[in-house]
Order: sequence, then C-alpha cells, then structure tokens
Amino acid sequence: MTPELGQLALILALLLALAQGILPLIGAWRGNRALMAVARPAAAGQAVFVTFAFGILVWAFLHFDFSVQYVADNSNLELPWYYRIAAVWGAHEGSLLLWILILNVWTVALAAFSQKLPEVFASRVLAVMGLIAVGFLAFIIFTSNPFGRLLPMPGDGADLNPVLQDPGMTFHPPVLYTGYVGFSVAFAFAIAGLLGGELEQAWVRWARPWTNVAWAFLTLGIVAGSWWAYAELGWGGWWFWDPVENASFMPWLVGLGLIHAQAITEKRGSLRAWTILLSIFAFSLSLLGTFLVRSGVLTSVHAFASDPRRGVFILAFLTIVVGGSLLLYALRAPRVAGGKAFQLLSRETVLLIGNLMFAVAAAMVLLGTLFPLVGDALNLGRISVGPPYFGFLFPLLMLPVVLLLPFGPFLRWGKGESPMLKQVLLRAGIAAVACAIVAAFFVDGKLKAIAGVASLVWLSVGVLLYAIKRWREVPRGRRYPAEMAGMLLAHLGVGVFIAGVLLSESLSVTSDVRMAPGQTQHIGSYDFRFDGAHRTTGPNWKADQGVVTVTRDGKPVAVMHPQKRTYLRGQVQTESAVDAGIFRDLYVALGEPMDAGNIEGAWSLRLYTKPFVRWIWGGGLLMMLGGFTCAADKRFRLKRAATVREDLVLQETRA
Amino acid sequence: MPMNPTRKRRLTIVLSILAAAAVAAVLVVVALQNNMNYLLTPSQVQSGQASDYKTFRLGGMVKAGSIQRSKDSLKVTFTVVDAGGAMPVEYTGILPDLFRDNQSVIASGHMDGARFVATEVLAKHDETYMPKELKDAMAKAHANKKIEDAAAAQDKMP
Repeated sequence: MTPELGQLALILALLLALAQGILPLIGAWRGNRALMAVARPAAAGQAVFVTFAFGILVWAFLHFDFSVQYVADNSNLELPWYYRIAAVWGAHEGSLLLWILILNVWTVALAAFSQKLPEVFASRVLAVMGLIAVGFLAFIIFTSNPFGRLLPMPGDGADLNPVLQDPGMTFHPPVLYTGYVGFSVAFAFAIAGLLGGELEQAWVRWARPWTNVAWAFLTLGIVAGSWWAYAELGWGGWWFWDPVENASFMPWLVGLGLIHAQAITEKRGSLRAWTILLSIFAFSLSLLGTFLVRSGVLTSVHAFASDPRRGVFILAFLTIVVGGSLLLYALRAPRVAGGKAFQLLSRETVLLIGNLMFAVAAAMVLLGTLFPLVGDALNLGRISVGPPYFGFLFPLLMLPVVLLLPFGPFLRWGKGESPMLKQVLLRAGIAAVACAIVAAFFVDGKLKAIAGVASLVWLSVGVLLYAIKRWREVPRGRRYPAEMAGMLLAHLGVGVFIAGVLLSESLSVTSDVRMAPGQTQHIGSYDFRFDGAHRTTGPNWKADQGVVTVTRDGKPVAVMHPQKRTYLRGQVQTESAVDAGIFRDLYVALGEPMDAGNIEGAWSLRLYTKPFVRWIWGGGLLMMLGGFTCAADKRFRLKRAATVREDLVLQETRA
Repeated sequence: MPMNPTRKRRLTIVLSILAAAAVAAVLVVVALQNNMNYLLTPSQVQSGQASDYKTFRLGGMVKAGSIQRSKDSLKVTFTVVDAGGAMPVEYTGILPDLFRDNQSVIASGHMDGARFVATEVLAKHDETYMPKELKDAMAKAHANKKIEDAAAAQDKMP
C-alpha cells in the first residue's frame, strides 16, 4: 500500500506545483497580492509531499520491498544498507525523484531567504521554479514512475549496477544534481527580470551567492565523478570526454562565465542582457545534461534508460524551456539593458574575453557531443568524435584565459592603467620563465610538464602579487573580504589544476604487463613485485585479489591489493588499488588470468606511476572552495532598499 | 563616407570578431575532420568501405572459440563477425571485463593487410551501448538466438 501513497504524494505535489507556477504569475500581472501570496505556501507544501515520496522509496529499499519494480531491479537481499540507499538514485526513475527533491530544497531555501525582495519580483521567481517542478513531476508521473508494481513479487531482486557500488559514486549524483538544479535559481531570476522588464543591480547581487553555490556544487560533483572514473574504471584515466562527462561540463563552463558576468552586472550594471542569456543557457544545458544522460540517445556507458517516450518528453520540455525563454529574451532584453560604459583596457574587457572563451568552449563541446546525432540524422554513417578533438581545441581556447587571469584583479572597473600591468607581467613572467627553466632539468625537457610548471607559477604568483597589494594598501580587517578570498582561492585552484593535468599527463609511466607470481617490473623509479592472486569475498561479491608489493631502492613503499570482483548476478568489476600521495600515485589494476582455469598463475596487470595526478582534483576542490567562500560574503545579504543604495555608492568608490 | 573615431573603432571590433570566428571555425572543422571515427561492421569492411579511412571502429560479435592468447605476452587474436562477414583482429593489452565469446565489441584501430590491428577494445556495457545499426545488422545473423539471449540477460542489468 505504501508505494501507492508515494505516487499519490507525487500527484499532490504536481497540483501544488501548478498552483505555485501559475497563480503568482497571474497575481504579479494583475497586481493581486492574494494570488502572489500563494507562492510560498505552495512551495512548502510541494516540498513536503516530494520529501514524503522520496522517503517512501528509501523505505522500500531498506525493507526489501521487491513488489516495487524499481526496487527489484536495483537491489537484492545481499546489498549492504548504504548501497541500498544509494540505489534510490542508481537508475533513471529514482534519480529523477532525487532531481525534483533537490529542486524543492532550493525552492524552499529561495522562499525563505527572499522575504526582502520586492513582492512582485519574488513571486515571479518562485513561480518560475514552480513551472520547472511541473515539468519534472509530470515527467516522473507520466513516463518514469518509480513506484510501479511488479507482480507477483519476486523473492529476491537483481542488483545495483556494480560500477555504482563505490563511495565516490554514492554521493556523486546528489552533488552533481545540486549543482545542475542550482542554476534554476539564476534562470528563474533571469526570467522574472525579463517578465517584469527590469533587473536591478541589487537583485543581481542577491542572486550571485546562489549561482556561486550551484557552481561550487557542480565543481564538486564533477571532481567526484572524475575521481570515481579514475579509481573504478580500472584504466587510470581521469577524464574521457565521454558524452555524459561533457553533459556536466557544459553547464559548468557556462556557469563559470555566468559567475563573472554577474559580478560585472552587479557592480557596474552593464552586460545585463549577456548575464540573462548566460543564465538561460546554464540552466538549459543542465536540462540537456539530464536529457543526454537519461534518454540514452548517445552511445555511452552511462546511459541506462532507453525508452523513446521519455526522450520525446524531455525534448519537448527542453524546447519549451529554451525556445520560450529565448523568445522572451528577444522580446524583452532591450528593455533591461543599460549600465556604465567601459574602455578597452578595463576589468570588464578581461572578464568579457574570459566569458567569450568559456561560451565558445561550451559551444565546442556541445558540437562534438551532438555531432554523432547530426551525422546519424543526415545519414553520414555512425560517427563518433574522438577525444583528440576536445583535447586539441579546449587547451587552445583556455590559453588566453590563463594568460589574462593574473591581470584581471589588478585592472580597475571602467578604465584601467597600464604601468601596473607591466609590473605584473614582468614579475609573474620572470618567475614563470625561471621556474620553467629549472623544471626543464627535472622533467627531461618534456614540454607539457614545463608548461605545467610555468602555468602554475604564472597563476600563483599573479594571485600572490594581488594578495600582497591588498595587504599593503588596505587597512586591516578589510583586506580580504570573503568575496575576494574566494576569488583568490579559485584562481589558485586553476593553477594547481593545470599543473596537475600537464605534469601527470607527461610524466606518468604506464605499463600493461604479463606477470607470473614472484616477477618484478621496474616502472618509473619503483619496483612492482607480483606476489600472486587468491580468492576473497565481500558482502555481496567474490573476488580474485592480487597482491603487489612496491619497493623503491629496496625500501618497502606499499602493499597493494587490486581486485577483480564478480557480483551476485555475474557482473564483473575491476577494483584497482591506489596508493595515494601528494606528489605521486601508484596504481595497480588486475587484468585477467593468463590461463582462465588457474588464478594462481600468471596475470595481466596494469601498472602505473602517476606523478601529481592528485593535483587535478586538488585544483578542482580549491575552485569549489573559492565558490563557497565567495557566496559567504556578507555583502550579498539583502538589506533594505535605502542601505543598498548607500552601499552601492560606497562600493563604487572602493572598487 | 568619412570615418569618425567611434565608427572606426566599431569597425575594428567587428572585423576582429569576424576574423576570430573564421579562425575558430577553421580550427573546429579541421579538428572534427581529423577525429571523426566511423563505425563499420566486418561485412562493410570486406565490401571495401574501409579503404576511405585510415583508422575506424570495427563493431561486431566475438566469434565463439576464436579467442587465442599468446603464451608469453599480452597479444591476443580473435575474430569479429556480423551477419555476412568475419574479420580477424589482433590486440596487445588488457581486454575489458565483459570481453568474452559471443559478446558484442567495438574495436578501434586500422587495417594491416587482411587483419585489423586494434589499439582499444570496448565491450558492450548495457543495452544502449550497442549502436542500433550494429544491432540491426547483427539481428540478421544466424546466431540470432544467442544475441537475443545475451540481450535479454543484459537488459536485466540496470
């Protein structure tokens, strides 16, 4: 009976979402305060019902209710309880339920913190959130019901996809979705601004921390996904330009542009139309991400749904959202435009170049990701676009960003001056060149590695110089407000990330080898000795476990236990063993026994040493931290209208 | 028409944006052309369609009993089949977890004489992984039954 209650809760949530999406819009249009006041209670009610439905699905998983098709498909009696909770978002239906739950969390937070916004504007924002919820709830109820029954009830269920049975993967989807869905706030702001025909700087300021938080969550989600791919897929890569990775990367890039564009609009009032456009695209690409991952239109290891009805629904939804908002944009954008002019040499110009690069990069990724679909539609045959396409174009597009990044903070709004820039160029440039020359001796002249060191020094010296300038020129206590500290952290993260990518790519040593027990392989400066394999068991799997002892110059470094697991339903999964370090990772994965009947004999093994690979995720985490730190700035808390004005004046004199 | 400074500046901006767009478009087209990978089945290769491409992806099913490993290295040879053709494949390295007889696989690589030398081998991971075209082509194969059984087993996997 309880699963039906879950479905009923979803239907009630849909009705409330309809009320939240339509009535406040009419109220804002007609000036009817009673209708506008519907938004908050409707949002709260919807959140209660969605949470209830989600709780019921969790309960069904925890209590092995295999009469629910979704539970029977994704769990079994042996699955540990924590993976049974993770199984809730382990496949299509449940992950959509998670999506709508997170949307409700954002909406409730928005409703609670938007009390001081003008009533008309706030009710429009909440209404747009309600309309998004209508689309997703309808999608769940009509095409992807997680509470569908399976009769007769089987004695045991199938299994959670073994690639998802990993701590990294349990929290990757919720975090990623929090990021995706978070862009709906910026989107709702943009649409509300277009509907009302005005977008005050104070409102953009209020929207900024939401975008920053969403982007930071998205960053964390991508980092977690990348870490998972590295540890779990067994071939040691951290990014594959796979359609599903691209799906999360495109909103990330546009969101990155949006964060900076919002800063310009908030502080100077200019580029309003561009900020609105980026808000629309960031959210549209988040929806497209859901579409790409969930509809299975693209051949990818991630796609688990293949029901064309769902594809048609999401495509229609996407068309309405993108088409509708762009139409609204075309009609209304000229009315919201405005702001101060700026000269060629100014902070605005640098931020705008960065913005253009991010937008072009997102378009480039979109083209490469969707090209197979286009090729298929035009009968060009089955095409896929290889990773070198992305690997060639993306660094090229990011080069100007990296080169310009240290100058950004030094430039003034509106009109910059060049002597300061020459100083920065000289100091950071000399430091970068000097370190590159020194590094060249350590990395055997490998160009990629040298470039990695140079970019790290260039970016971090740039950040350091600016931090020193603030320290000297600004009185204590006002030197590093959260917004600025976040910016510095995130920019430092870019340097760490680039260094990690370039150093690990050029210095990694990879070797696929055949090893008999007792044999030793020399990889990098390490000796890997294979001590044979044996059987072992876990809660819901059996495994062949290899033992690899690593030494360096005769001193023991690590004993590693890579596994080849076989889960209950026969799925095979490679569990690589990683010995982590700040400056290098050792990575071992089991291939297969050379003689299928004899696991005690020789095996094929993947052995890697990966210097600095951890810096990739470290840089990503620094960027995330920067996003959260920025969002915590007191300046973003909404004040009464009068103080906002004073503050604006104050802040312009400061900037 | 006289050029006042504003107009001149605007013209410069428009021209530089146009130039940048042109450069970007050329780069994208070149990068796309160099990195487009076509998927062909063994029968398509045997009918000569592969001669246009230096590297391509070969898709099909691993012929039962065709997997042969070298005694002292990671070299492995197997035959990929579809409805009307068969293609010997040579690969040196570690095969994916799901690689086995009658499994659908996609190998990337190039032709060396009558053999296909693979640099990467992917095994079908779930029902959406096998491109529809390949599925259709293989459904006609005499091993029809086996594919259906395998697909049914795979469908149960999430």
